[in-house]
Parts: sequence; C-alpha cells; structure tokens
Amino acid sequence: MFRSKTFSLLKPISLMSGQPRLAYKCIHPAIASHGHRCHRRSVDARERYKSCPGSAGGRTISAPQTKIMAEEELPGVLILDIGGTHGVLENLAVLLKKHFCLITMKEFLENKKEMSKKIQSVFVFECRPTIDQELLESLPNLKVIGNSGVGVDHLDLKMIANFGIKVTNTPHAVADSTADMGMALMLASARRLVEGCQIALSPDTKYFAVDWLGVEVTRATLGIIGMGNIGYKVAQRARAFNMRILYHNRNQRKEEEEAVGAHYCEKMEDLLQQSDFVMLVVNLTPETHKLIGKKELGLMKPTATLINISRGAVIDQDALVEALQNKIVRAAALDVTYPEPLPRDHPLLKLNNIIITPHIGTATVQALRMMAEEAIANMLAVLNGQPIPSEVFPK
Amino acid sequence: MEGEELPGLLVNEIGGIHGILHGHVAFLKKHFYLITMKEFLANKKQMGKKIQAIYLWWHKPVIDQELLQSLPNLKVIANSGVGMEHLDLKLVASFGVKMANAPRAVSSSTADTGMALLLASAIRLVEGYHLAISSHVEYCEADFLGVEVTGATLGIIGMGRIGYKIAVRAKAFEMNILYHNRTRRKEQEEQAVGATYCEKKENLLQQADFVMVVVSLTPQTHKLIGKRELELMKPTATLINISRGAVIDQEALVTALQTGVIRAAALDVTYPEPLPRDHALLKLKNIIITPHLGIKTDKATYMITEEAVENILAALHGLPMPSEVLPS
Repeated sequence: MFRSKTFSLLKPISLMSGQPRLAYKCIHPAIASHGHRCHRRSVDARERYKSCPGSAGGRTISAPQTKIMAEEELPGVLILDIGGTHGVLENLAVLLKKHFCLITMKEFLENKKEMSKKIQSVFVFECRPTIDQELLESLPNLKVIGNSGVGVDHLDLKMIANFGIKVTNTPHAVADSTADMGMALMLASARRLVEGCQIALSPDTKYFAVDWLGVEVTRATLGIIGMGNIGYKVAQRARAFNMRILYHNRNQRKEEEEAVGAHYCEKMEDLLQQSDFVMLVVNLTPETHKLIGKKELGLMKPTATLINISRGAVIDQDALVEALQNKIVRAAALDVTYPEPLPRDHPLLKLNNIIITPHIGTATVQALRMMAEEAIANMLAVLNGQPIPSEVFPK
Repeated sequence: MEGEELPGLLVNEIGGIHGILHGHVAFLKKHFYLITMKEFLANKKQMGKKIQAIYLWWHKPVIDQELLQSLPNLKVIANSGVGMEHLDLKLVASFGVKMANAPRAVSSSTADTGMALLLASAIRLVEGYHLAISSHVEYCEADFLGVEVTGATLGIIGMGRIGYKIAVRAKAFEMNILYHNRTRRKEQEEQAVGATYCEKKENLLQQADFVMVVVSLTPQTHKLIGKRELELMKPTATLINISRGAVIDQEALVTALQTGVIRAAALDVTYPEPLPRDHALLKLKNIIITPHLGIKTDKATYMITEEAVENILAALHGLPMPSEVLPS
C-alpha cells in the first residue's frame, strides 16, 4: 500500500507516512472527517499541527503570517489519489498543493455537489483518473485536463473538446529520460544483458563460455521511426556511439539531420531493410496503430533488433511473437505493450530473445517531478488565460 | 606443402567453452599453421620447433617457464584483449619473446558495456524485467523509481582509451564528467568531452552520481575501491566496474550495498569469474552482475583476432608492432 524502501532515494521533501508534519495525512480521506476541507500548506510557513485536522484537537498554526489560504482562493485540481497503487506520488502532491486545492476522487465522490464546483482542472497521472462523459458532465467549471506525460492516446480528445475543455501534455519533461530508456534497451538487448545476468547468478553456472556473444552497437546502423523531440535526443546519444543513423518521419528535418548526422528515409521500408536496430518513437494515432506488422518485420534483417518506447499498440504483437519465434528478427526490447501489463500467459512473456520492462521510461524522481511541474505550468496558463505551452488538439 | 610454409601458431584449443571461435579459424589458417595444445603435447619435439607465435584466447594457454623453454623458435605472444596481468611480462621478455595486446579492438566494445551497465542500473532494468514477466499479476508501477542519467555526474576512474570512449558517450547524455587518472589528459581532449580532472580521487567520489572504474589491474590498483572509497561516495550513487574484479574490495562492497552506503553496483567483472554460487554478492537486490561481457560481440572478437594477427605478422617480419607491450 505505501511506498517501499525505494523511497529512501527521494530528497527530504518526500513524505513518508508516520511523520507528523504531513499534509498528506491532513487531507487523507480517512482522517479528514469533514470531507471538503482542503488545507493548502506552504513549505515556507512554520506551521505545527497538533493533530490532524478534523480530529478533536484541531490544529495550531504557530506562524501568524498565514500562508494557509482558504480553499476558495486556489483553483481545485482533481486527482485520483495520493499514494497507493495508482495515486500521485506524495512529493508531487506537495508541488500541486503550492498552486491548487487538491481534491481526490474519493473526496469528490463523497461530496459531489460542493466539490464539483471547485474543480477547474484535472491532473491525469499514469492515465488516471479515467476521463469519461459522466465525469465531464459532473464538472461544470472544469477548464483543463493536465496530463502527466506526452502520450494522450488514453484521452478522447474530441469528446473533451466538445465540453470546451483544453488538454495539455508534458513533451519537454519526458524527452530525456525516455531517450535514455531507448538507449538502455538497445544496449541491453544487443549485449544480452538480462540473459547474461541470469547466467552470472544461476546456481548451475560453472564457467562463462567465451563463445557466448551479443551484437555490436558501436558503428551499427540505427533506424529511428519517429524523429520528434524524443527521437532526436535518441539520435544525439546514438551518434556518440558512432552509429549510422537513419530516420523516418512524417516530415524531413533538414536542420537537425546535419547536427546528428542522420539520413532521411522517405520510405520506411528502406530504413527497415538497412537497420541493425529499429527504434519506434512515434505517437500512437490511428495512422501508427500496428505500424510494425508482419510485413515490416519481414523486411528487417534477421540480425536486427526492434526497440519500442512509444506505445504497445504501434506493434502488431501477434506478428512480433511469430517473428521472434522464427528468428525473422534477432530480438526485441519493449518498454510498452498492449495492454500493460500483459496477461500472464501471453506468449511474449515466454520468449527468451525479448526484454520487457514495465513502462518505466520516465520512472525517475527527476522526470516525474519535471512532468508535474510542466503539467502545473500548463494548467495554470489555461486558468490564467495565458499562452499555453503544450496544448493538445484533436485531429 | 602449405602447412610447412606457414609459421606455426599455438592456440589452446579450437571451439568449446574456452577455445578459439570457429568463425576465426579460416582467417587464422590463411596466415598460420594452427597447432592446438593437445597436438603440441602429443608431439612436443616436432611441434615445438614449428611454433613461432602463440595466440592467447581468454588467457589460455598458460605461459610458464616450462612452455617457453620447449618452444625454441617462439618469437611473439599475442593477447586477445588489453589486460596483461595474467602474463609474467619479465619472464617472457627474458626469452627474447615479444608481446602484444589488442587495445583498438577492445575499447569501443568495452565502453559500450560500461554504458549498458550504467543505464541498466540507473533504470533498474533487470528488476523491471522480472516485474514485467513475473507470474504475480499485481505490481506497483508507480512505486518503481530509478535514477536519472541525463544531466547526472559521471566520475571516470582511469581515463585511458576505454575511459575516454566512455566520456565521449556520456557527453551525449549531457552528463557532467569528472575523471581521475595517473596523468592528466591534454586540454583539447578534456574540452572535447567536457571532462574535469580530479587530482584526488576523493573529490571525484564525493561528487559523482555514477562512478565507473576503467583501470588496468596492477599492484597499485588492487582493491582501489574499498570501504573508505565507498563511504566517500554519495548514498544515491552507483558503482560500475568494467576493469577487473580485484580492483574492488568485494567484501567491502557487499557491506556497502547491504547497508545503503551506496545505492547500487553493476559489475561486468568479479574475482573470481564466475563467483562461487554462495557468494554474498549474488544475493543482493541492488546489484547487476554480468558474465564479463566486455568484448563479447561478433565484431569485437573478430577485430581482436585481426589485431592479434597484425601484431604477430609484424613481429615475425621484424617490423614495428602496432601494439607491443613491454615489461614496465
């Protein structure tokens, strides 16, 4: 339920349960008995809570210059939850609270009438809460949905636009760590890192065979399908490995080509036939759905590796299973699948020439914080009538 | 006959778990008459005279006084790799035999291995993989956090050929690069990768988010990273070793990883290889160990053989050798 030991990584701002000064504890539905109280807490104010609000003792504020504003002054943002399996991380909740009155789904559902009017924004974190017609109809003052992350394929953009609500994403915050992920998967797959690790640890291992080989990354050919923000950063990194870089994109990017020494392939087929590594870095749209299928896999070299850091549905997974089983391609490395996670009996999980990771492309403290900050900036821009840094429009 | 005209090259064995790769045999046979250890031992007198060169593949065959004495026409020993600590350089030189290693072929591949380990450890790739494929359906996605690579500080201990190639790669990840080396690199070289020299390795250890060890194993670098060095590192830092296992005090590392003195480690090399199956390092969660991947790719291994052959032929023709190794 609560965070594991991994949170020892977080800076002091992270809030672990059991510590007294937690705003999290204060607004936790289980504790706040009068549900709609929403306490904004400034990190500057020297407040001291005698006990949690809502309990008999009330709370004591030691600092007279109150940074605790009444909830009416701050716009309400709806989130699924704080902590727990799918909730917003505690330290990100702290960031949100600097600018918003935080309302969890539970608090909203317990007091729809009052809460619904306050909610002007929704912070969608790891695709939650689900945005459906019913929810939008119950939020008359909703102006913006701020998505944490760049992919918005889980949002019905047309439906949301019909309500006059804007949608924003976080293209800048995700780019570096997703590009790093792509490189990590390419190197791990090429050098058979996961398999190697298993050999190194296996109780049956008596020696390390010298004829156990991977494939070279330096000076190999990398084909990037989708040369947007993230694709470009992948190219920058790959260049340092002396890789020959090909790319396929809706539009040619002449200026950037020179900077990273990339060659444009107008036909994706040309890229597929020449690449030792094919990396998918596209958005999921109707056009890119099953972009890589049996035909595309058949065009790839039998020594080639497919890497996916886009969305699972960009690949025809059945075709991929077949291709890997029959050695049509050497190997694959996927940070994304469809669905996530895969059913436990899915054939992809049984292959030994595949690496799958649980969509951890942006799973670093820094990336998550940057995504929250970018989402906050976007939501505030909408609410304040300012230019919106990264609005997403339906096609 | 072809066999008698070509100089004899002694190898440990062909194929098998420690032998010369089958894919290299044809190339070797273009230039040499191949003699395996088994063939040599079966007919020492005859074979002994033919052998003018030895190609060491993963440190075999073992070069000792006895072997050297039984090879009167031996002129050169070529090593498949760059580390030479398994050879008694002085002993070999005393027989008038030249030695060579294969630095060019090794460096890119080993640098790639270093980066692979750095990234895998940072994103917790192996743990993530197990979560993704495990039969337990529920796992907490939001719980699972790694550390950022882009913009982090990398401290390279040992900025030779391989260390420098790592710096080139790390620069593309916008990493802040510190390095410690016996000698300082030229200014242009430092600037090209944006690396800052740390005369004291303590300074590097205290600032780095990732510490990568890329030194040769010598008496001076034996247990270079011990309890003291680990304690100087940040508790959020990662240690990566692509040198030799003995450069790290393994017991100190176990303790450091168990008690959170450092965040994690990734080792491509250990002492010994492989580790005993009950070794404490194998039980830790925050470690990645790989089976000396270093240069284990099709291309790199072939390039090593090519480089070895180049050196051997140069020695046999009395020409300067591309990568001769002299006893210090």
